[in-house]
Amino acid sequence: MKKLIKTIGVALAFSAFASFGAQASEGGALKQVDWSFNGAFGQFDKAQLRRGFQVYREVCSACHSVRLIAFRNLADIGFSEDEIKAIAAEYEVQDGPNDDGDMFMRPGRPSDRIPGPFANEKQARAANNGAYPPDLSLMAKARFGGPDYIHSLLTGYEDAPEGFELGEGMNYNPVFAGAQIAMVAPISDDMLEYADGTPATADQISRDVSAFLMWTAEPSLEARKSLGFRVMLFLVIFTVLFYFINKKVWKPVKRGEQV
Amino acid sequence: MATHTEADGVTRRDFLYVAGGAFAAVGAAAAAWPLIDQMNPSADVLALSSTEVDLSNIEVGQSITVMWRGKPVFIRHRTEEEIAEAAAVNVASLPDPQTDAERAVRPEWLIMVGVCTHLGCVPLGQRGDYNGWFCPCHGSHYDTSGRIRKGPAPLNLAIPTYEFLNDTTVKIG
Amino acid sequence: MASSTYEPKNRFIKAVNQQLPILSLIHGAVGAGYRAPKNLNYWWNFGSLAGVCLVVQIITGIVLAMHYTPHTSLAFASVEHIMRDVNYGWLLRYIHANGASMFFIVVYVHIFRGLFFGSYRNPREVLWFLGVIIYLLMMATGFMGYVLPWGQMSFWGATVITNLFSAIPVVGDSIVAWLWGGFSVDNPTLNRFFSLHYLLPFVIVGVVILHIWALHIPGSNNPLGIDVKGPQDQVPFHPYYTAKDAFGIGVFLLLFAFFVFYAPNYLGHPDNYTEANPMVTPPHIVPEWYYLPFYAILRAIPDKLGGVIAMFSAILILFAMPWLDGSPARSARFRPIYRMLLWVFVADTFLLGYVGAHAPDYIVHIGGVEIPCLILGQAATAFYFLFFLVIVPVVSRWETPLPLPKSINEAVLKKSAAKA
Repeated sequence: MKKLIKTIGVALAFSAFASFGAQASEGGALKQVDWSFNGAFGQFDKAQLRRGFQVYREVCSACHSVRLIAFRNLADIGFSEDEIKAIAAEYEVQDGPNDDGDMFMRPGRPSDRIPGPFANEKQARAANNGAYPPDLSLMAKARFGGPDYIHSLLTGYEDAPEGFELGEGMNYNPVFAGAQIAMVAPISDDMLEYADGTPATADQISRDVSAFLMWTAEPSLEARKSLGFRVMLFLVIFTVLFYFINKKVWKPVKRGEQV
Repeated sequence: MATHTEADGVTRRDFLYVAGGAFAAVGAAAAAWPLIDQMNPSADVLALSSTEVDLSNIEVGQSITVMWRGKPVFIRHRTEEEIAEAAAVNVASLPDPQTDAERAVRPEWLIMVGVCTHLGCVPLGQRGDYNGWFCPCHGSHYDTSGRIRKGPAPLNLAIPTYEFLNDTTVKIG
Repeated sequence: MASSTYEPKNRFIKAVNQQLPILSLIHGAVGAGYRAPKNLNYWWNFGSLAGVCLVVQIITGIVLAMHYTPHTSLAFASVEHIMRDVNYGWLLRYIHANGASMFFIVVYVHIFRGLFFGSYRNPREVLWFLGVIIYLLMMATGFMGYVLPWGQMSFWGATVITNLFSAIPVVGDSIVAWLWGGFSVDNPTLNRFFSLHYLLPFVIVGVVILHIWALHIPGSNNPLGIDVKGPQDQVPFHPYYTAKDAFGIGVFLLLFAFFVFYAPNYLGHPDNYTEANPMVTPPHIVPEWYYLPFYAILRAIPDKLGGVIAMFSAILILFAMPWLDGSPARSARFRPIYRMLLWVFVADTFLLGYVGAHAPDYIVHIGGVEIPCLILGQAATAFYFLFFLVIVPVVSRWETPLPLPKSINEAVLKKSAAKA
């Protein structure tokens, strides 16, 4: 009886803890991708992140910003200083006021954040039929499932089932909450040509940009895991050491000596 | 504890205690580093280290002050007399010996950090005994090249790294 | 309680200690001068672990405050600035965010330890009351801390929780406006929450000092729940329990580090990575996991004021434990029926936590039967109060405890003899 209650207790404890994760599947089952950054030692695939950045630039950036990312951050995914300067210079960034008190546009610098397509939310909504294309910087942490969710969403467009009432200008996507999304299926086979020659299938494009968005959301992932390994190693030794110290200290008491 | 004796126990226990103590100390020291390092300049601050200035509107004998890394930078379009005065000084007699050529890439443009090397006040321009800069806080006098001549400041006004992108634009930092 | 006094050998240290006897104080509090029962088990590690958590939270919190900006237009960005640009900022923030969860895990185990072994019984009632006060302060601190990143869950959590006070008759709305400093959760709210979130941990430190002081008057309770009869029942705190606590800290830090480095966002909610938007409510508003049981109790009562009263009563009822429990024995070890019911109570709180994490209309399948979460939550809430108001008073007075050992020393010797 006691054992049964304990078992039920432990099971409940786990289900309560896991219940956050359970909500992940509420929008429909997600594709589980074997990301290079999964697991305790998983790190980013830099080539994939650069492809993902290319996808972002050529596809997503028409509507979505990554406002938390500065050009200088691209050094993390393997761009050289000169490449970053060249990329930054392709963008126009507002600066000012100048000596006449006017704001002016100048070429971007590595220290600038990547400018988004719209000046503000109102402008974004006006240009997108009232829908607001959200900023993508943190998207991989702002949804249950993270990069799996993004990949599943991008490749999850279907024809609406019989009898499903689709709103005007909306698209059917069972991965999205409510299954109606304003974004038109953004990705298709061979819609772009990868600089590194990787075949640009829709699945590949979707994976690459999902991985890129994981990096924009969690740029410290690699530092975190490598520091984590060292900390865990230290703590294991520390704990074992003090396990024996504790045993040694208590030996006379366990033997029945008075102290 | 001290009364507890065991033939082989003492050395092992001592070793364990020393190892445990040492390990805990190393761990504490390592844990302290992030707490200290977080106060160092962050990545975005370090990235904002250069600024471009348009010099075309600064007449001879005029100065402007621009902000660079949160500090004032003096840019002075020096007059012929000032340049001559700065070049004529006997460098060996200075508290912080530097020639004017070392301090100004182009003699007509003197670009320096406007922070007194004594305790960080901003000196006033074209004042003091040497017709250069004068710090009102504790009375340091700088000459027309921004070199310390009199007063408690130990060093010349600092020269930031800068380059002329063209005749009318300078990039500081 | 202190059987030995502190006698430093070094003349200089001795002189300093004579004028400021701080070393004597430490010696008597956590040194060899404090003698504790020799049979304390690993449940007794959680007091020191809670202390570790508090220190970790205060240190990382002070450091984070150097980079955080309590303004609605900058708070979210400043947190991301910490995560991206500040040296080791990601580490400090993840430690602080997960540290809150760790603190609550430790404190919940610590409270359970108290309930199981009767640590709230005479002569330790004041010690218990101070503990409950610490717990209340922690809940307030944790709640306000969760608002600071100014994500969607921060904003809507703050809106929902502050609105609880609007249930108070007559003055409710005025109180809520006073809490907000406006007509909704906004910049004044964020600013005062930051101020209070910085202040309250130091209030907690103060109450913790009182808690430890109150502990040292009667001394620690022990798994047998019987009184210490003499020095043969005790060991000096140092090195016996310092060594044991150090080992416990190692195990605990392994769990802590696992979350910080390998699952830093597992205990948080993704919605908090979306900046607060007063125009859009997320589909499911859930508090942090450590409030979930109370959130379930709040929602179980169909009446607004009733729900709020039930929720606060669920915590405040802990104050009544010394009077509710009338058993001749402190420790549940000698009260098999009560012990079983206590475990059921623990399972009930987990069930409440599960219910709190799901929408009221979420259907739970139990053995083929479909039960809406709301009904499950109401049943679990009923048991929660049944436990405190009926089971504890009745069972404790009715159940005859098993024979208690004569002394701690005897029990320990018997146990080590059985092992040998």
